[in-house]
Amino acid sequence: MSLRTPLARARGLGSAKEGVQHWWAQRVTAVALIPLSVWFVVSLLAVAGADYPTVVAWVGSPVNTALLVILLFSVFYHALLGLQVVIEDYIHTEWLKHTVLISVHFALILLGVIAIVSVVRIAFIAVLSTGV
Amino acid sequence: MATHRRPLSPHLQVYRPQLTSVLSILHRATGIVLSIGTLLLVYWLAAIALGPETHATAQNILGSWFGLLLLFLWSWALFYHLSNGIRHLFWDAGQGFELSTAYQSGYAVVVSSLVLTVLAWVLAFST
Repeated sequence: MSLRTPLARARGLGSAKEGVQHWWAQRVTAVALIPLSVWFVVSLLAVAGADYPTVVAWVGSPVNTALLVILLFSVFYHALLGLQVVIEDYIHTEWLKHTVLISVHFALILLGVIAIVSVVRIAFIAVLSTGV
Repeated sequence: MATHRRPLSPHLQVYRPQLTSVLSILHRATGIVLSIGTLLLVYWLAAIALGPETHATAQNILGSWFGLLLLFLWSWALFYHLSNGIRHLFWDAGQGFELSTAYQSGYAVVVSSLVLTVLAWVLAFST
């Protein structure tokens, strides 16, 4: 039995001071990725082998641009949270753990930003080529 | 803090692999594979963003036997992680903890990941 009041428990948010935020964000991105990943794979089946103008037009259609940005954000956030847990579980040497954690954070944020900037750039190419 | 090489619980070497434990570690393994696989996705998007020439190069690389092999493994990892991820979400909601149910959902995950992978590649080559 805990002698702490519910208020004290909620205020403290545990030793990491973030409560269930990490766990919850992992689940929310997981739920978002169920329809998004199915949509993406089905779309890829149609456009992956297509010629350049077709691929650009697909990425550049407003709905697809928006869904791709949401998909990419969810993918990289979900990957970041997941890899963080794996690293924390298996690497017990403190300096190495933090080195790997920070490296993985930098790498995933870099990749995520490149991916989203690419999608936005393709959307501009699509607009320029159709003259909208 | 000094690190001693003490034996760590849960002493994995004394357990015979079971469907549930193998699927559990596969969820992590496919998660790591998919994280590395984002390199392919980023490369593809960046190649399109840079223009028709880089896109054509990317199509050649991804369409080669090695590129297709990577994409095939990526697709199975995705469908496995997706199927087993849904199984995990049911557990998070407090459902499906009975041993028999855990085995049934486990077999369902194996079957659905294989069926979805085969289906996707049949569709990819028939269109």
